[in-house]
Amino acid sequence: MVHAIPGVEGFMYPNEVELQWGLLVVVYPYITGLVAGAFILASLERVFRVEAVKPTYRLALLTALAFLLVAPLPLQLHLGHPERSLEMYLTPHKESAMAMFGFVYLWYLMVVLLVEIWLDYRADIVRRAQSETGLLRIVYRVLTLGSMNISPASLHVDERLGWIMTIVGIPSAFMLHGYVGFLFGSIKANPWWSTPLMPIVFLFSAMVSGIAGVQGIYMFSMWVRKKTIDMRCVDTIGTYLFYAFIIDFSLEMLDLLHRTYESSESFASLDFMVHTRLFTSQIVLQIIVGTLVPLAILAATQVLTLAEQTRKRMYATASVLTLIGIFFMRWNVVIGGQLFSKSFLGYTTYKLEFATREGLLTAGVLMILPLFILWGLVKLLPPWTEETAS
Amino acid sequence: MRVSFQDAKHLISLVGLFAAAVGVFVILRAAVVPAGFGKYGHYRAGAIDDNRARAVKFAGQGECVYCHDAQLQVRDSGRHKTISCEACHGPQAKHVASDGKEKPAKPDVIPLCLNCHEKDAAKPAFLPQVVKADHYTGTTCSDCHQPHNPKM
Ligand code: HEC
Ligand code: HEC
Ligand code: HEC
Ligand code: HEC
Repeated sequence: MVHAIPGVEGFMYPNEVELQWGLLVVVYPYITGLVAGAFILASLERVFRVEAVKPTYRLALLTALAFLLVAPLPLQLHLGHPERSLEMYLTPHKESAMAMFGFVYLWYLMVVLLVEIWLDYRADIVRRAQSETGLLRIVYRVLTLGSMNISPASLHVDERLGWIMTIVGIPSAFMLHGYVGFLFGSIKANPWWSTPLMPIVFLFSAMVSGIAGVQGIYMFSMWVRKKTIDMRCVDTIGTYLFYAFIIDFSLEMLDLLHRTYESSESFASLDFMVHTRLFTSQIVLQIIVGTLVPLAILAATQVLTLAEQTRKRMYATASVLTLIGIFFMRWNVVIGGQLFSKSFLGYTTYKLEFATREGLLTAGVLMILPLFILWGLVKLLPPWTEETAS
Repeated sequence: MRVSFQDAKHLISLVGLFAAAVGVFVILRAAVVPAGFGKYGHYRAGAIDDNRARAVKFAGQGECVYCHDAQLQVRDSGRHKTISCEACHGPQAKHVASDGKEKPAKPDVIPLCLNCHEKDAAKPAFLPQVVKADHYTGTTCSDCHQPHNPKM
């Protein structure tokens, strides 16, 4: 007599029945993607000197920092034993892609992002160190690193160095997220993951989510602060989002076409999975709701002449849908890659837990945490251009 | 714009901060990474000696047979002949070293048997398996099965 295991259909190897990588491993690439995307948006503004999007330059940097600080947490919670994570830095194994990733992360956080933010804010920090009182004064004084020199010449030095850091930062941000794609793409035993296109697809989807994230956060914070949204700025970002999204979508379709045409031995199994277990998350949420609809909205803003209010609503909707779409792209990669048997003869089910270490609640907290950090950062280092102008 | 050294002086503290961070890292690494790490491979060389120094807990079946020939005969006559004594009785080096004076604890029969025999799709087909709920009547497995030769 054969006893069916709940949620399993067909033949599964014993170690495939239960998913090892759950929701937190979905959240992790999603967060690093937002970091890389936000930073790349900020960098493009700076390197190509696009004046229109200036209002979001600093906001994008702070967003990148807030999310970057949270990025390791999902992995820590997933693995347990956070005290051991330091060992990855102390005794790194050269052959471990993940250990090397630790250094990419550290480089990006310490050398690129913090330095760039510091250089950009130095003048503000020094001014505040002189004007604030009490504890805040001490905080700002520490942040000045002991120099009150904000002569035009010294700011010019900062500007030049900041520009160099941006140039260094772009490949670093590409590496940060390309690497996440690489981690999946290089798992050769898994046909759902193993494709050299993976790092590139991850990178472009990161840019898409980062741009949408910054767009959304900008519009939302202007609404909260009851300030007028700079339409020239959101229009330009909307255009960027549209272009980046088209490239991202083309790459994913290219991947799909290639898989379909190649039809390797795994294809029937993966195809079946997409039509059954992944149907809602892949076809409905990722492709239709999270890609085609926002692309159509963005395309409409490009070709039609629309009233300001309508455009705002459309951008906001497109950003939110895009963020949902990219989240489900990560979901489909991570969870989808574990739902089928390597024998291609069976499928399992992912059971999402709620109030556990790797449950939905934890993931929700991890997604909201960066926004709180961002709120704190914005209080400490206001990114708004209107105020510095006045 | 003409830039003098004075205008770039604030960067010195930035560089200093990095140097300090690298310094802390190097010191921490020196303090925390155990001696001998990496000598043979990606592990602490002393771990081998530590393992060697650990007391042996299993005596090995070859010892049991000196004093328990009766049980051996029974076991070898049934299908449990491939299961070694200590797989069920646990590590018994102390029992052997004390010439039997240090008595082994009695096995906890039901979980012991079910560990191997509870129905599970992952187990190989040659292993006879039962579903406890369907199979089990009576107080414990050994009411019906003799553990050393469980054939009914
Ligand atoms: C030097 C002889 C000797 C060796 C070797 C030996 N035993 Fe024993 N064992 C005894 C004696 C004597 C008793 C009886 C103690 C008593 O009844 O007080 C005993 C009793 C036992 C009991 C029953 C305890 C009980 O609750 O009645 C078990 C089980 C046992 N041995 C297992 C083993 C296993 C397994 C090995 C091999 C690793 C082993 N013995 C090796 C001498 C030995
Ligand atoms: C499949 C598991 C299993 C294996 C293998 C096994 N035993 Fe046992 N043995 C038991 C259990 C269970 C008991 C206790 C029965 C009880 O409590 O009624 C037991 C009891 C004993 C006893 C106590 C006296 C008796 O016969 O009840 C001795 C001595 C003993 N075993 C020795 C050995 C030796 C020596 C070997 C290896 C040749 C061995 N056993 C292999 C499960 C096993
Ligand atoms: C370490 C794993 C293990 C443990 C513990 C174990 N068994 Fe077994 N048992 C086996 C294996 C393996 C076989 C079949 C061996 C073969 O056919 O090669 C077997 C066979 C059997 C059989 C079939 C015997 C026959 O002749 O058809 C019965 C009944 C049985 N065990 C009952 C028990 C009981 C009762 C216990 C608990 C006292 C027990 N087993 C503990 C591994 C174990
Ligand atoms: C009331 C007596 C009784 C008890 C208690 C009992 N069994 Fe059995 N068991 C039997 C009989 C009779 C057979 C042989 C008939 C059969 O194959 O169905 C058997 C057969 C088996 C078999 C071999 C099945 C096969 O497919 O060859 C295993 C394994 C087994 N029992 C394990 C256990 C375990 C484990 C326990 C304790 C949880 C246990 N039994 C308790 C009576 C019992």
